[in-house]
Amino acid sequence: MDFTVVLAQIKPKLGCIADNLAVIEREIAKAREAGADLVVFPELALSGYFLKDLVPDVALRIDSPEILRLIELSKGISIAIGFVEETSDYHFFNSALYLEEGAIRHLHRKVYLPTYGLFDEQRYLARGESFRAFDTNFGRFGMLICEDMWHLSASYILAMDGATTLICLSSSPARGIEGDALGSASAWQKLVSTTALFLNCRVLYSNRVGFEDGVNFWGGSEYVAPSGESIVRGALLEEDFVTARVDEGALRRERIFSPMMRDENLFVTMQELGRIALERGR
Amino acid sequence: MSALLANTALLRKLLVGFVRDEVRKVGVNKVVLGLSGGIDSALVAFIAAEALGPENVHAICMPYKTSNPESEAHAQLVAAACGVEFSVVPITPMVDAYFDLFPDANNMRRGNKMARERMTILFDHSALLRALVLGTSNKTELLLGYGTLYGDMASALNPIGDIYKSQVWQLSEAMGVPQEVIDKKPSADLWAGQTDEEELGFTYRQVDELLFRLVDQRWTKPELVANGFDAEFVESIHSKIQNSHFKRRLPVIAKVSNRTIDRDFRYARDWGK
Repeated sequence: MDFTVVLAQIKPKLGCIADNLAVIEREIAKAREAGADLVVFPELALSGYFLKDLVPDVALRIDSPEILRLIELSKGISIAIGFVEETSDYHFFNSALYLEEGAIRHLHRKVYLPTYGLFDEQRYLARGESFRAFDTNFGRFGMLICEDMWHLSASYILAMDGATTLICLSSSPARGIEGDALGSASAWQKLVSTTALFLNCRVLYSNRVGFEDGVNFWGGSEYVAPSGESIVRGALLEEDFVTARVDEGALRRERIFSPMMRDENLFVTMQELGRIALERGR
Repeated sequence: MSALLANTALLRKLLVGFVRDEVRKVGVNKVVLGLSGGIDSALVAFIAAEALGPENVHAICMPYKTSNPESEAHAQLVAAACGVEFSVVPITPMVDAYFDLFPDANNMRRGNKMARERMTILFDHSALLRALVLGTSNKTELLLGYGTLYGDMASALNPIGDIYKSQVWQLSEAMGVPQEVIDKKPSADLWAGQTDEEELGFTYRQVDELLFRLVDQRWTKPELVANGFDAEFVESIHSKIQNSHFKRRLPVIAKVSNRTIDRDFRYARDWGK
């Protein structure tokens, strides 16, 4: 079905759950007023990104008052949001929730924690271990958190699991000032567009803005159609409230026009990956 | 040369946004900086004026008696061009009072003392004006260690520490820094006729080409030599970077506890901001 999505391009405060929750509630109210069906927040929207030793201090259990509040709010609008999750065995995950009709429809734990260059996630966080598609009021979705999307297999698995919409929650730092456009922004735009094109999926990409210790997050949240075309793109470097009408017909037409996913041979893929795993194990 | 060509529109937006965001998030609206008459501090003044409004930027020129009078004139010109508040605090009495005790001090000691004297004035004005001190060291200087630790290298925020001198020139053109400041030879202005490039023994444009490949692109030494860089030059720049690394780090703390500051007690500076 057609639906309206808001990509809430916010600027979280580092380590300030209460302040961020207030901003998030305000954006949810705005999205409802705008008649949106779904609002997508960035990665770690509740906590900020360069947390380091703050991770245990800002972590929330999925039965914490803050998450229960968001679950309650999802009775009025569907919500995808990133936060640090604490589990009962005291592991900390970079997680994303999809909330709908007052319930958790899906919890994704970031699998690929970048630990290179300016990133240090695996020092502080535990690794997620699955990619699963899930059903929503607007079709079958898959969720990815930032670096997850740079692994072809992640989007591929979700698409093979039946997802026709990929949500990517992101905290992508700005870098690369040499070209016509910001280096990290053009790399992401190519990635999102190519992923949509390869998998005949639409992509909802929500990236934060603001600075943390001199590192800028560049925003540019976008809705990319299954054709790979960017339909709406948010402002660069500034807060934004990106509204997009998502057209079911466009997905159907694209899948008729380019039936690559229909023709994808799961058996061949499994056979070859199985062989590679065996050979590597030797 | 193309590798060092910056997208100045984008760079300007990033650096102006950096100053605005990082200053305001600590609950302050003002900055203070030293204006030497040179291009680096001129560019920072322009960036700060655009970020916070010129009325919230206080630039201080701090000449010593041997400083070239042209420097103060250029500082004034820059302040007028970007509209920031401007004052002059000469450092001659303080510096001379000290070196009366050590009349044999060489140029290096004198230069360092001047840089640190200026630092104390900026941080005093930080308290006076409730303003953050902006740093004006560029990436070239920082990598080469061509600056005084706790002197001109001291600041709360540095908008230009990740851009090379060649890029400082480009952005200064784009932002309208007065042409005479862009065109003049860079100088630490510690004594008459001193120029950076003469003292360093190479030009900024030469060394920036090397630094960009060595640091940003991680070319190996054999790759650099194979692509036309002189082996001795590469070696000398590499040792300059290595030998000045202490200037880019906090003081080393002897570890005895389970949580040592900055080693296993790790928080972003923007913690809670």
